[in-house]
Amino acid sequence: MRDLADHALDAALRPGVSYADVRLIESRERSVSTKNGKVGEVGSTESLGLGIRVLADGAWGFAATDDLSRSGLEQAAALAIRIARASALARKRDVVLAPEEKYVAEWVSPCRIDPFSTSIEDNLKHLLSVDAELRKTSGVTLAETSMSFERQRQWFASSIGSRIDQTRTTAGVGCTAYSFAENEIQKRSYPNSFGGQYQLAGYELVEEVRLLDAAARIAEEAVALHSAPQCPEGEFDLILDGSQLALQIHESIGHPIELDRVLGSEANYAGMSFLTLDKLNSLQYGSEIVNVVCDARLNHGPGLGTFAYDDEGVPAQSIDIIRNGQFVGYMTSRETAAAVGMDRSNGTMRADGWSRIPLIRMTNVSLLPGDQSLDELLAGIDHGIYMETNRSWSIDDRRYNFQFGCEIAWEIRNGKRVRMLKNPTYSGISTEFWNSCAAVANRDHWTLWGVPNCGKGQPEQVMGTGHGASPALFRRIKVGGGYQD
Amino acid sequence: MMESELMTMRRCRELFEAAVHAARAAGVADVEVLVGVRASALTRFANNTIHQNVSDATRYVSVRPLIGKRTARASTNRIDRDGIRSVVQEAIAIARASEPDPDLLPLAEPAPIASVSRFFASTAALSPEDRARGVLEAIRAVESERQTAAGIYSTGQTVDAVLNTNGVEAYHLDSLSQFSITAMAEDSSGWAKASAPDHNAFQPVELARSASRKAALSREPRELPPGRYTVVLEPAAVLDLVGQIFADFSGTALADQKSFLNNRMGQQLFGTNIHIADDVYHPLQTGAPFDGEGVPRRRLALVEAGVPREVARCRLNAAKVNDQPTGHGFPLPNEQGEAPVNIVIAGGDTPLEKLIASTGRGILVTRLWYIREVDPFEKIMTGMTRDGTFLIEGGEPVCGLRNFRFNQGIIELLRNVEALSPCVRSTGEEAMDMVAPAMKVHDFHFSEVTRF
Repeated sequence: MRDLADHALDAALRPGVSYADVRLIESRERSVSTKNGKVGEVGSTESLGLGIRVLADGAWGFAATDDLSRSGLEQAAALAIRIARASALARKRDVVLAPEEKYVAEWVSPCRIDPFSTSIEDNLKHLLSVDAELRKTSGVTLAETSMSFERQRQWFASSIGSRIDQTRTTAGVGCTAYSFAENEIQKRSYPNSFGGQYQLAGYELVEEVRLLDAAARIAEEAVALHSAPQCPEGEFDLILDGSQLALQIHESIGHPIELDRVLGSEANYAGMSFLTLDKLNSLQYGSEIVNVVCDARLNHGPGLGTFAYDDEGVPAQSIDIIRNGQFVGYMTSRETAAAVGMDRSNGTMRADGWSRIPLIRMTNVSLLPGDQSLDELLAGIDHGIYMETNRSWSIDDRRYNFQFGCEIAWEIRNGKRVRMLKNPTYSGISTEFWNSCAAVANRDHWTLWGVPNCGKGQPEQVMGTGHGASPALFRRIKVGGGYQD
Repeated sequence: MMESELMTMRRCRELFEAAVHAARAAGVADVEVLVGVRASALTRFANNTIHQNVSDATRYVSVRPLIGKRTARASTNRIDRDGIRSVVQEAIAIARASEPDPDLLPLAEPAPIASVSRFFASTAALSPEDRARGVLEAIRAVESERQTAAGIYSTGQTVDAVLNTNGVEAYHLDSLSQFSITAMAEDSSGWAKASAPDHNAFQPVELARSASRKAALSREPRELPPGRYTVVLEPAAVLDLVGQIFADFSGTALADQKSFLNNRMGQQLFGTNIHIADDVYHPLQTGAPFDGEGVPRRRLALVEAGVPREVARCRLNAAKVNDQPTGHGFPLPNEQGEAPVNIVIAGGDTPLEKLIASTGRGILVTRLWYIREVDPFEKIMTGMTRDGTFLIEGGEPVCGLRNFRFNQGIIELLRNVEALSPCVRSTGEEAMDMVAPAMKVHDFHFSEVTRF
């Protein structure tokens, strides 16, 4: 494979080409699911292909192919150069890349139990037992379970001499109970919505998540929601559980700090960002207890955004994003770093497979834990609301105004959860919300959550991102707008 | 890629026969094979320059054996002899390891499929230089108004074929071109987008001028308080919002009690002026006239005079309710079953300009964004306006407005439609392309205002 990557790179290095890189990717996926006691999906997918990115005449071109014959690679390289030269027809200035060292490396992500060594039979047996447990609760009208695994090996070669062989294995697992009654659909998911929890891990994630232990509880909650009162409308102190806070971080911090958005590259689709360049080191993004990092290193945890090198061959790094509430950092590429005068990319370029170009993507954007227990957070509330597990999410194209809905909530009175509430929603403006953060729970409650379905770019790319979070308390948040008359 | 470079039916048959040969060698007689090609090229621009420019092509073979009451799917893009043999062995191995499904049907039987012609060689032949010239002309139109342009110009070709050992041979080839553009002024923006199998169906520079006019008209936006307003939704806003409900027009979703249509089929749910069909044969529609099992797609009257009448049914769901499959099933095995994918919302006879002219005070919406479901049974959706939101006074757009968040039930919305424009082929970013009109709707609920 390395030879094929080298051949494609050689074919791309023609006169006028100032930079080229090649990613040859071999991937394997397995998806297994059940629905109401029967097999849902049983599927296996493999893919092998190569993408060539070139800078010619000062502009970018990219071509991808699954024809890995020598002539196929040469045609793809020639097409990438032709496309770059066409780009140059509408060029304002030459693309400049921030300098980077060359690396020759091999890296394999930790994976205690190879998921592809487990049998489909055992995968289904496990899911069907969870499915049966969900349906034991009267009133559950639909039970769904799933697990998925992916292994991707990438050979990266660039014209500055880097040769990086990187293998990542990811896993996802989860279940959901639905209940339809009296013209209302309620659901509860475990351990999270969007198919559950996802990490850079093998089958050990399935063992750690312990779906079977939680199935009865979430099934009962799905049914109980029908008789719970509607979440009230008004301003309340609000505690978000870690999984919901992970998505809040993703939408209201993760996307706005993408420097390509800030500079306008995504303006026609995903949008731009309120974090214009003048805000760096001057904006009070959150209260003084808010500390956020973007950390792709393995010692941050096994996140969907964990790797050794990004897809431009830049090593994984940890970046301070919000320090004691102040906005201090963007996520960058080699091109955007150079555009704003930084001397190096902080390594966040990733592509959705061999047929797509790398874009700035969240790695693991995490809220660092505070120093209180969840009980201590609750104790600080006279009358408030605790919300858990995302049900809907929406934010404007500059990432100011957001609204989230959760699957379930509890009313808090005098520091105690007193009753279940249904259909909770909350909304706000990103910086006002983070400045209202009054407490963050400690590391005992901290989990590195996986968001498997982050969309960006045209053609759209779907990427997995990581977000570490523990429950946190926010003061005077607008609640209930989603069901407002 | 030209037609000759894409996968022909003959080549699809060769790959199918190779898969069948490998399956029979492993003792499996019943096999379904999906074969296809995805080729696309996309030129992306921002800040009045091309900043990304890509091309990709891949082929696939996807194999589903039936072994008694067991099935599974394995897919690959390695379509040489070893790749085919390997994917067939994988499919058989995982099917044998799977649980039996007592409801599993035999492979589909062949049935006549009406052909649709949706491949334009001139679109497939559009070169990187052609796209760059189209983009450059659009950028100049926006730049001349002292605005900044961002957008895409793309072309793509798709081959989809379904073949099985019962004799099904379904094959579809099409092309698609898209252009979209956002024109940005100091404190405002405007947007336009078009898509069609034939790139000659639209002119990028005209879309650029339209986006630029909206950006100019919406400068210095005013802020209106949240509340209920009469709105005129342009077709892209209609499709992105109303498009959120069609996955529920599914027999499997009804059986799973996941659909908002549970207990509501046959009732007067929407206004009597609402008529919605699923019609792959409509001249403005795109896509293949068969489903993931090779079953021919038929026209569905989803909503007639505001009453939900029909839903899509895959073979399995149809068998359970003693009905005929409609040709909307997804490739098996899957949990979702089926969904309509060629939506045609019947229009009225009031042109968009007259919808606006008939509005004393209201809001004109170009485009909606980040639409998500708040309530699955009442179909309350939340989202934002974007890139061209205007106050209408005295029948004219008079100024731009800061963007709103909405929380709006679709059932309620389709009861509140006062008038519709003729329908057009329309494209947005939140739902599939469809044929849809503009709508004038009263009491649309804007719940918050954002900062721009």
